[in-house]
Formats: sequence, structure tokens, C-alpha cells
Amino acid sequence: MAEILGACISLVGAVFFLLSAIGLLRMPDAFTRMQTGTKATTLGSILFLIGIGVMRPDYLGRTVLLAGFIALTNPVSSNALARAAHGFRKRLGARLEPDALAADEPIAASAPQEAEHGD
Amino acid sequence: MKALKARFLVFLALWGAWLVLTAPWSGEEAIAGAAAALLVAVLPFFPASPLCDLRLGPKPLAYSVAFGFVFLKALVLSNLDVAFRVLHPRLPIAPGIVKVKTALKTPLGRLLLANAITLTPGTITVETRGEDLYIHWIKVAAADPEGATEAIVSQFEKYLEVICG
Repeated sequence: MAEILGACISLVGAVFFLLSAIGLLRMPDAFTRMQTGTKATTLGSILFLIGIGVMRPDYLGRTVLLAGFIALTNPVSSNALARAAHGFRKRLGARLEPDALAADEPIAASAPQEAEHGD
Repeated sequence: MKALKARFLVFLALWGAWLVLTAPWSGEEAIAGAAAALLVAVLPFFPASPLCDLRLGPKPLAYSVAFGFVFLKALVLSNLDVAFRVLHPRLPIAPGIVKVKTALKTPLGRLLLANAITLTPGTITVETRGEDLYIHWIKVAAADPEGATEAIVSQFEKYLEVICG
């Protein structure tokens, strides 16, 4: 019984991985791909691990610990990726409106030009 | 006093992780793990642990549990949201980056808030600068900072303010 329940939970996790993969193909730019890539893989991994824990109850504590680490670290990595992508947004050609982060960067946007004038 | 609290929390976190990893418990293993965790906590490896921002006591503890549930609910909702958008034939997105303000002061509180925002429906934290957070929103519903703060931040902030304001 626990075997079947755990397998079903893992299957739901795998479905979220599938949705994430479809999202990576369908979404138009880097940020929206990151949206599907982060959220769906986080819940997918957590459900997968919990499913294994339900199938083998002596591993449940370990898989819950792993799920906690994934929930803590996955958003941090996506934050770093999103920030790097925003630095290269002109080359990536992402449609962002409004773009509050670019609007708040007058110093960074004008600094290279001033440096050129200075030279 | 604050350093002592940080060391105590590091000890608790390490020993808790050890106990969970060595799941069928035996007394010797637990004592060995406690000794190792104590050693790591006392030696000056973590001079400024962000864990010292956590508040201790019954009310913050209750709010942490509540925050856990709110977070899980947001995680499930965000996945259903992703599923809806990915499978929708017309791909209903209107992405943009909005600025929101947080009242949280501590680094740990801001980290937890940024992580929680990343895993809520349609939002990813792109950058944090002081009290401003820049959020990529897959369908921008409110471009002004006040409306966006109300929609994105406030649901977590009321818990995090009590846990590690």
C-alpha cells in the first residue's frame, strides 16, 4: 500500500518535471523560462523525494531533509541566474515592461559613456 | 550574548540534521553527533551566523510553523499557475520587473522573503538592494511599488516580521 502511495506521489512530481520541460520549450525568453524551470522543478523534486520516503519509511527523514535543502537553495540559484540574465537583457532580447530595475540604473547606464568622454 | 545565541542555534541545526540523517537512533551515535556539532559550533568557523537573527520563543515558533504552511500553499499554487500558463494555448503572459519595498531589516529575513517570493505564483526575485526588491512578474498586475508590494510581499511579511524582523 505504501509502495503504491509513494509511487503515485513520485509520479505527480514527475508530471511537474514534464510541465517544466514543456514550459522551457514554449516560453519566449530567459526570465519566463526561469519561472517554469524554478517553480516546477522545486515542487517536482520535493514530491519525488517525499514519494521515495513514503515507499521506504526508514529514508523519510533523510528525504525530508533533502527536500528542505532544495527549497532553500533552488530559489537562490534562480535568483543568481535571473540577475545575470538581466545584465545581458539587451542581447537576450527579453520583453520586459515595466522594467523597474533598468529604470533604477541611471548611474550604471551612463557611467561607461562618461568614461569614454573622459578618455 | 548574541554570539552565544548564534552558536547555540548552529549547534541545534547541525545536531538536528545529524539526528535526521542517522534515522534509526542509537545513543552512541547521538552523543558522537552532539560532540561534533558542539565542536563546530564552539570553534570560530561561523563568526557571524545569520541564524542569530531568528527570534526564540513560543510566538515566533508558532509563526514559523504558520509560515511553513503558507509557503507550501504558495508553492503548490505557483505550480498550478505554471501548469495553467504552460498548457494554455495562447500563453497568457505579460512579463515585467516591478519594484517592491520590504519592512524587514535582517539579512536572514530578507533572504527568506526573497526565496518565498521566488516560489510564489508568477514571481522571481531578480535583485535586492537594501529595502528594495526587484521582482520579475510573469503577468504584471500592478506596476506601482505600493500595489505590487501589497500583492506580492505582504502575505509573507507579516509572518517573517515576527520570526526574524
